[in-house]
Amino acid sequence: MGAHHDDRHDAPDGHDRALRLGIGGPVGSGKTALVAALCRGLGPSMRLGVVTNDIYTTEDADFLRRAGVLDPERILAVQTGCCPHTAIRDDIAANLDAVEILEERFGPLDLVIVESGGDNLTATFSRGLADAQIFVLDVSGGDKVPRKGGPGVTTADLLVVNKTDLAPLVGADLAVMARDAQAVREGRPVLFTSIREDGGAPGVAEWVSGVVHSWRHRHGHAHDHADGPGPDGSGEIPVTVDRA
Amino acid sequence: MDAALLLLADSRLPAGGHAHSGGVEEAVRVGAVTGPDDLARFLRGRLATAGLVAAALAAAACELGSSVIDAAAPARRRPADLASESTGGGPERTGGPPEPIALWRRLDAEADARTSSPAQREAARTQGRLLVRTARRIWPSPVLETLAGAVPEGAHHPIALGAAAAAAGCDPGQAALAATYSSVTGPATAAVRLLGLDPVTVHRLLADLAPSLDETARAAHTAARPERGAADPESRWTPHPDGEGTADPDLADPGFAGDAWWAALPAAAAPALDLLAENHLKAGTRLFVS
Repeated sequence: MGAHHDDRHDAPDGHDRALRLGIGGPVGSGKTALVAALCRGLGPSMRLGVVTNDIYTTEDADFLRRAGVLDPERILAVQTGCCPHTAIRDDIAANLDAVEILEERFGPLDLVIVESGGDNLTATFSRGLADAQIFVLDVSGGDKVPRKGGPGVTTADLLVVNKTDLAPLVGADLAVMARDAQAVREGRPVLFTSIREDGGAPGVAEWVSGVVHSWRHRHGHAHDHADGPGPDGSGEIPVTVDRA
Repeated sequence: MDAALLLLADSRLPAGGHAHSGGVEEAVRVGAVTGPDDLARFLRGRLATAGLVAAALAAAACELGSSVIDAAAPARRRPADLASESTGGGPERTGGPPEPIALWRRLDAEADARTSSPAQREAARTQGRLLVRTARRIWPSPVLETLAGAVPEGAHHPIALGAAAAAAGCDPGQAALAATYSSVTGPATAAVRLLGLDPVTVHRLLADLAPSLDETARAAHTAARPERGAADPESRWTPHPDGEGTADPDLADPGFAGDAWWAALPAAAAPALDLLAENHLKAGTRLFVS
């Protein structure tokens, strides 16, 4: 089949396109704050786009637009018909469409962040949508959450535990969370953050930079090996354990 | 191709349909649909109007799509001809069939003419674009390639559905049935989510509607494929047996006669659905795209 590069139905492989980073996690854990922090931290050195999957309204997209961390036109909101997990896992068509609209309008981009609607511990991104994914928890959900596991906690390329400043107030033991997360994640990295207190998430930004750099290195020469395999599984992305 | 039809009509087909309510979200918001009885009336009305129109357009699109496949098939079986033809054709020609770009655009314009609400046009094009994106990978076919090339921003959903049906090997009657089916099942599922209705009750409503789905699909199919006088099936766009003189690639398919009936396809309007769609866009909070 001849690819129509001028139409918007194509699903290009990993060559010559931005890395797609999924950010998921329960409601209120700080996904949108993390996206804003990443835009602030990475914006000066990377060409970015953001897709939000709001559960209701376009609150997250509006928050990001108001925050002034990114050109508002580079932020697209996707509606998910009451099923946020469906839109990132089972039927990713609308999200892919939004990602490609951003790439078409503003490309080439280095990184497109897809923020999921707040969901439960079982929600993960399809490999067809996200090349790498971050799962965001917060300490106020209790320090047992990492132990409970679930695909988000166990398989995400990076687990972020946010709102560490609240730990003493909610009686959460960060050491327990770190130990449990380590146990269920088989060596995949975990970062503890307090985005509000620190005014950003430099450790996460650094991790994302590494992933984007590695992606560029592997997919930068699109036409040299255009018939090669599609996007690599994110399991191959080099990771560094960098616990704060 | 009954199994292909099931796959195409399945709500699990990953083509973005789950995020569209077909007007139900706004109907729920304004109190027009509050329970199973209202929902049943809403679905009947939707089937008789938007459902019928969508089914006729889908059948017409499937008919056109099938002719594209018929034209391409002999060329595929004759690689030698294909190679020799490609040297003589234009830069974009690789020996495949002439792409009926103009016909797709005309049929898409017929869909536009039957969709007066801009919000509904937008929703229909978005759904069509997502369906073509998905179907293209599942059922690779010149049908979907030519449609995607003809309407890059996204064809109306019924056109995309008919094209996908042709690509999947379904006939126009099946395409019409898939259209009537999806015209009510999507909104019904949305109502279950929005109102917390008993899903079994709602499926009972759908089962009660099943005969009407069949009947509407038949009517739509007939409208899209009236008797063509002396024309026989062979008169559809059929390439010359020796692979030459099939058509000028710059012209729309000269052998395809189905377009003669397009202007007369059903055009049942549903002003209430139009208003719901427009007001839905203005609503501050919404879970569904449409």
